[in-house]
Amino acid sequence: MSPDLDLDALIDDPATRVVVCCGSGGVGKTTTSAALAVRAAERGRSVVVLTIDPARRLAQALGLDELSNDPAPVKETTGELAAMMLDMRRTFDEMVESHAPPERAQKIIENPFYQTISSSFSGTQEYMAMEKLGQLAGAGTWDLVVVDTPPSRSALDFLDAPQRMSRFLDGRMIRLLAAPARAGGRGLRKIVEAGFGLFAKAVGSIIGGQMLQDASAFVQAFDTLFGGFAERAEKTYALLRSPGTAFLVVAAPEPDALREAAYFTERLSSEDMPLAGLVLNRTHPVLAPVSAARARAGAEQVGGPGSQIAAAVLRLHADRADLHDREEHLLTRFSAAHPGVPVVRVPALAGDIADLDGLRRVGALLAGAGEPGAAATVG
Amino acid sequence: MTTTVRTDPGTRPAPWPAALSRARLHVVSGKGGTGKTTVAAALALALAGGGKRVLLVEVEGRQGIAQVFDTAPLPYEERRIAVAPGGGEVRALAVDTEAALLEYFEMFYRLGMAGRTLRRMGAIEFATTLAPGLRDVLLTGKAKECVTRTDPDGRPAYDAVVLDAPPTGRLVTFLDVTRAMADLAKVGPIHGQAKGVEALIHSPLTAVHLVTLLSDLPVTETLDAAGELEAAGIPLGTVVVNRMREQWLPDRSVTAAAGGRVDAARIRNGLLSAGIELAPDEIDGLVAETVEHAVAVEGETAALRRLETEPDPPLPRLTLPALLGGVDLGSLYELAESMTAQGVHLEARR
Repeated sequence: MSPDLDLDALIDDPATRVVVCCGSGGVGKTTTSAALAVRAAERGRSVVVLTIDPARRLAQALGLDELSNDPAPVKETTGELAAMMLDMRRTFDEMVESHAPPERAQKIIENPFYQTISSSFSGTQEYMAMEKLGQLAGAGTWDLVVVDTPPSRSALDFLDAPQRMSRFLDGRMIRLLAAPARAGGRGLRKIVEAGFGLFAKAVGSIIGGQMLQDASAFVQAFDTLFGGFAERAEKTYALLRSPGTAFLVVAAPEPDALREAAYFTERLSSEDMPLAGLVLNRTHPVLAPVSAARARAGAEQVGGPGSQIAAAVLRLHADRADLHDREEHLLTRFSAAHPGVPVVRVPALAGDIADLDGLRRVGALLAGAGEPGAAATVG
Repeated sequence: MTTTVRTDPGTRPAPWPAALSRARLHVVSGKGGTGKTTVAAALALALAGGGKRVLLVEVEGRQGIAQVFDTAPLPYEERRIAVAPGGGEVRALAVDTEAALLEYFEMFYRLGMAGRTLRRMGAIEFATTLAPGLRDVLLTGKAKECVTRTDPDGRPAYDAVVLDAPPTGRLVTFLDVTRAMADLAKVGPIHGQAKGVEALIHSPLTAVHLVTLLSDLPVTETLDAAGELEAAGIPLGTVVVNRMREQWLPDRSVTAAAGGRVDAARIRNGLLSAGIELAPDEIDGLVAETVEHAVAVEGETAALRRLETEPDPPLPRLTLPALLGGVDLGSLYELAESMTAQGVHLEARR
C-alpha cells in the first residue's frame, strides 16, 4: 500500500513556495491546480495560480473571462488569491521586448518565422509556462505559486521543452538549411554537405524559400538575445529543483495516464526534483460493502415491492464495483513500482466544475476530507 | 442486457451504409481520450473478417497499437499483429516520422548516406518543426502508398487500410495538408504526389470515422469535425459512440434519481427479499451511487439526442459497449464482433 498524501500539510507549510501539477492531457490537472490554490488561499496562504488552458466554465469560476496575461485577484474567496491563464504569444512577445531595444524587438515580432514558432512550435507553450512561473515566483507578491502544466501528450514535455527550444533557437540548424555549404565547415564531410544541399532543396521546395529567408533573418536578429533567454530558462530549472518546490503528478485511473505518471515519477527522481505525490482523479469508490458477484446474484433473486428498483441498484452497483476493482488494480501496479510515492484518490464528481464552491469541494477531496462512504470496503 | 437509450429507427441511416464496404482508406479520429486507437484496432479486426487483409497504421509515434494488442513496440515495418475471425489478418505499421521523411525524400532526391547523418544532427526534427505540415504530407502520403500498393499479380496488397489519425482538432488540417502543399510545390514530383493524395482523400475510397463518448465536449467536437469534413469535401463514414454505459434504471426513474429522489426504503425492502441486509449508512451509499449513475445517464441521453438531432441528414452511427474490465486482446475481439453484428464489413475482393 502506498502512504496517504497529505496535501493540507503541503500547502500549509510556509516553506512550500511552488507547487507544479503535471501529468498527461485530460486528467484534470487544471481543476486540481485551481482547487488546490483556492484551498491554500482560504487556509491563509497568499496564492497565485497559473492555469494553461482552462475549460470555459472553470475560467469563469476563477473570474478569468477577461483577456489578460497578468494575475488578477479572484473575488469571492475568503483568502488572498490571484489567478491568470497563460497567453503564450504575449509572454513570448514580452520576453523579446524586455531583452531587445524597441526597434529590434519590433523587427523580431513582425518576422513571419517568429510568428510561427511563437504560436505553433510544439514546445513554446511549455517554455512560456516555465518563463511565467519564473516571473511569478520572482515577483515576491505571493508566497505560494501553483502552476498547471500544458496539456501535452506526454507529461515529460514540460521538462524538456526549454532545452528543445534552446536547441532550436541557437540557429545552427537554420544557418545550415539557409546556406548549407558555408555553415557546414570542416565538421561535415563532403558527402554530407552534398546530402544536406539536396535536403535543403527538398525542404525548401516544400516549405518555400521565403520561409527559410525569414528564418535566417530571425536568427540574425535573435542571436544576441539568445544568451539571455537561455540564462532565464536555466534559472527556472534551478527553481524547480529547489526545496521550496513540490511536484504533484496528476493521473486518472487509466492505463495510459498511469503509465505517463510512472515515467514522470522516474524522471523527477533522476533529476532530483521533489515529488510530493500522486493525485488520482476521478476514481469510483464503492459506497456499500456488497461484492459485484453478490450484487448480480441478488439482482436475480429480488421479489415483491421495490424489486425493480432494487435490482437496478444492485446491477449498477456491481458495474461500479468492477470498475473500482480495475482502478485499484491499476493503482496497485503503479504503487508496486513506486512504493514510496504518497497517493490521494479524488472521487469522480458528476458534472463540470462551474464555480468556486465546486473547486472547494474538489479541494476538500484533495485534502482527503472525502465523501462519507469513501472508506467502505468491498465485502 | 438492456440498451441504453432508445431511438427512432425510422429516421436513422444504417449503421454501416453499403458505400463504406467499398472504401479502402478508413480514417479513425476523435477527441483525445475517446479511445480512437482501440476503435481503430477493433475496426481493422472487423474489416479483416472473412479472409480479408487489413493494414492498421498509426502516425503519432505513441506505440498505441502495440499497447492495445499488448505486444512489444512495433518497428517501422508492416507485420502481422492479429488473425481475424474467418481467416483474415491484420497487419500493423507504426510510422516513424523521421524514417518516413527520409524515405519520402529518397523518392525524389538521392540523399544517399547523408540521410542518417541528417537525422542524427536533428535536421529532420528541425525541418518538421519549421513546417509542421511536412510531417502530415508524408504521413498521408504513406497511407496512400499502402492503399494503392499492389502485389506482383496486380491485386491490391491490402483490402483496406485503417489509419489511426490525429485527434479531431487537427484532423482536417492533417488530411487536407496535401492541398496546401500542392499549391506550394507547384510542379515536379512532390506536386504530382500531393495531387494523388488529395484525389484519394476526397474520393469515395476514403471514409472518416469519428469516435466520441456521450458527453458534451466530445460530442461538440465530433459535430464540429463532421461539419469541417463536409465543408472540405472529405467523405464522412460513421460516428462511433464508444464506451456506452449500461443503463440499469427504468427510464421513468432516471430524472427523479438524478434529482436525488431515490426511495431508500423501497431499495431496502427489495434487497431484503434477496437476503441482502445492509446498515442504513450502507443503503445511503447505494443511494449515492444510484444518484451518480442517474446523473451520468441523463448527461449521456442529452448528448445522444444532440448527435441524433443536430446533423442534417443524420449520420450513420456505430455503438460500442463500455468494457468495465478495461481493454485487453479478448475484449478487442468482442468490440470487433459487436461491429460486425452492426454490419461492418468489406466487399469481397474482385
